[in-house]
Amino acid sequence: MAQYETHEYDVLVIGAGGAGLRAAIEASSAGVSVGLVCKSLLGKAHTVMAEGGIAAALANVDERDGWKVHFADTMRGGQYLNNWRMAELHAKEAPERVRELEGWGALFDRTDDGRILQRNFGGHQFPRLAHVGDRTGLEMIRALQDHGIHQGVDVHMECTVVALTKDGDRVSGAFGYEREKGRFKMFPAKAIVLATGGIGRAYKITSNSWEYTGDGHALAYHAGAELIDMEFVQFHPTGMVWPPSVQGILVTEGVRGEGGILKNGEGRRFMFDDIPELYRLQTADNEEEGWRYTQGDREARRPPELLTRDHVARCIVREVQEGRGSPHGGVFLDIAWIREKLPNAAEHIRRKLPSMYHQFKELANIDITEEPMEVGPTTHYAMGGVRVDSDSQMTCVPGLFSAGECGAGLHGANRLGGNSLSDLLVFGKRAGEYAAQFAKENDSVLLDEDQVRSIADWALKPLENQAGGGGGNPYQVQYDLQEIMQKLVGIARSEEGISSALSEIVGLRQRSEGVAAIGNREYNSGWHTALDLYNLLTSAEAIALAALERKASIGAHSRDDYPDKEEPDTKKYNTVIRKGGDGEMLVSREEISEMRGDLQKIIEEIG
Amino acid sequence: MATAKFKVWRGDTDSSGFVDYETDVSEGMVVLDAVHQIQAEQANDLAVRWNCKAGKCGSCSAEVNGHPKLMCMTRLDDLPLDKPVTIEPMRAFPLVKDLVTDVSWNYQVKKKIKKFSPRPPDFEDGTWEMQQEDIDRVQEFRKCIECFLCQDVCHVLRDHHLHDNFVGPRHYVYTASLEMHPLDTEDRLGDLKETDGIGYCNITKCCTKVCPEHITITDNAIIPLKERVVDQFYDPLKKLFRIFKPKE
Repeated sequence: MAQYETHEYDVLVIGAGGAGLRAAIEASSAGVSVGLVCKSLLGKAHTVMAEGGIAAALANVDERDGWKVHFADTMRGGQYLNNWRMAELHAKEAPERVRELEGWGALFDRTDDGRILQRNFGGHQFPRLAHVGDRTGLEMIRALQDHGIHQGVDVHMECTVVALTKDGDRVSGAFGYEREKGRFKMFPAKAIVLATGGIGRAYKITSNSWEYTGDGHALAYHAGAELIDMEFVQFHPTGMVWPPSVQGILVTEGVRGEGGILKNGEGRRFMFDDIPELYRLQTADNEEEGWRYTQGDREARRPPELLTRDHVARCIVREVQEGRGSPHGGVFLDIAWIREKLPNAAEHIRRKLPSMYHQFKELANIDITEEPMEVGPTTHYAMGGVRVDSDSQMTCVPGLFSAGECGAGLHGANRLGGNSLSDLLVFGKRAGEYAAQFAKENDSVLLDEDQVRSIADWALKPLENQAGGGGGNPYQVQYDLQEIMQKLVGIARSEEGISSALSEIVGLRQRSEGVAAIGNREYNSGWHTALDLYNLLTSAEAIALAALERKASIGAHSRDDYPDKEEPDTKKYNTVIRKGGDGEMLVSREEISEMRGDLQKIIEEIG
Repeated sequence: MATAKFKVWRGDTDSSGFVDYETDVSEGMVVLDAVHQIQAEQANDLAVRWNCKAGKCGSCSAEVNGHPKLMCMTRLDDLPLDKPVTIEPMRAFPLVKDLVTDVSWNYQVKKKIKKFSPRPPDFEDGTWEMQQEDIDRVQEFRKCIECFLCQDVCHVLRDHHLHDNFVGPRHYVYTASLEMHPLDTEDRLGDLKETDGIGYCNITKCCTKVCPEHITITDNAIIPLKERVVDQFYDPLKKLFRIFKPKE
């Protein structure tokens, strides 16, 4: 029997990005014991990559803003497939969560009258994103981390959870390994919060790091929770495309917020060509008005570059596919052009977008104050994920909660930039609060040794498979999956493509069971990659299955064979993925409940 | 396709040394790409830390050709490829395996520094009035990505191993970000002098040179902190005042 250490908590939080840290802080302040497990070192989670800002209707820059407008913007951005209650809670509570961060030491950029400054972003009607240059995520995670380490939370760094255990219907704990020595750790817990982020590593071109293998999605699914709307994967319109080694690295939407424009290979500004009906009244119809908007003219409407991400990404793909791309298969994002408008443009760009300036200077030899950047879509964010109760963030498995990117509901078919950071805080706090409450109200869990033993045996299998003796290379399986998802379940999808991806996934799953990890258990990246495959394949299958189910093109989900936004005679629905009795993955549709009257009225009034 | 040679540090606390590898290089590749390629194709169990691959998380710190660098921001075409590129773990920290070191000491040290403690809010909504120019200086310190390259290169830690008496440049930057925070009310000067060992720093500026975020660690954080400590504890006039101040 494999050895393992045991660490028992009232509440265990898995993942230490914004949502996990916020949940841990909240649970701890409720007086329960809290463990926090993270795959990397503390403070390195993907939240650190968030650049542009955190959306909250503080109304510091434009007093016309308020929670109702933020709510309406979020719903419109999500094509009204959002969980309206979550969108309401998010819009109402985000300002308080941002102010609270300031009390923990975060220093946002300031307005002239000394308040938190807010900037424009795609899909937000008013300047709404509190920010720190283009490194808002770093500021946020550091504020949470530096506050969190003094809250009595027990942190297990570089520890990966591979499975959840159950006590009857209830979740009873998490089992994982620490990277340094490869030792196993068992975390019995009355309540567990999943805050593991996204699924970006299922794709070849992604802004996500090695960590984002859909762990929370797969852990929840195998524990009996439901996943919803997995087909909605956000392809951020602007990732780097050249040189090849930096492909996918994010270029913040803040570049467009500061006046950056998109041009095709012919030098033409193509975003005016196609403005969706839903946004026509809110969008500038000439370049001059668009520029005035970015410079704070309250009467001007937003330039089409600041339309929602799903739309901008599709327009870029269209330009490239129709032969009007840039030399390396993207389009041009130009901020240097503002020289024509501002006397001190170069300095202005360096001050507003310092990390973009350095990123291009150091990785691509491009001075963005002089030359345009080459950009193209990159896999960025999972709108879909673990289905939760809107108020408590609990899944249908008692004691299992989920928050942040791995939870679902707030963003519908497409997420607005800046709404992820506010999502982390609002629902991270709620998950922590309700997980603590659940832990207080329920008895201790009973640990089933048999479950633990079979997980441990499974986890050791790649080390026992012999390399060369049929046991494949885990990295190769991951690459092959990434190629398939990129090609067949990417921005443009079809029944034929998705179906062949699903059958490829079956083959990859067989290969994944036989992969071999050479070497021993000490900090063995090959072993870790082999274990990650399980979650990655579960998430990829869920995405493909949901993508096959939704026979329409809406938000981030585009079907070449079903270009219409709506299916005939069909009401708005969520796709729901759950595990069948024989272990097979099932997909179904569930109609979205009718919006509360007062919220419906807000949508009608604001438009 | 062109290839390049690498000497990568392999092994754990029992035994370790350079192992030679050769791999393809393409345009724009960074050192971390080469390490990943070697890992995927030739050495699956190679241990390396990384996350964002964009210079924002500070995970992939190592010594490339003897220089402390983020591997993700070090381009191969900036290195001489006519001889092997050496890649070693940070030397100021205990080796775990291959390119991974035990940096947990940094997390323990940070926890001992007195936390942020703000003055009461200025407004009813719980917020404060701060001008941009009041926070510019602190925002520079808050750019720190905790890569610990400054700790790696600091001779007080690297050569003299004074980990018990000296917190290192990273934590002076952290302390400065708190001490100079317009809202903070805590006093950390006594700790800086007594337990944090700021006196050991003899301002050789090695930390500033290696900072990938270009924080002017020595000039903007350490020297002002040293001055504050001197003002507080060594100012002759203040000392006289203290001696002759009537006891309360």
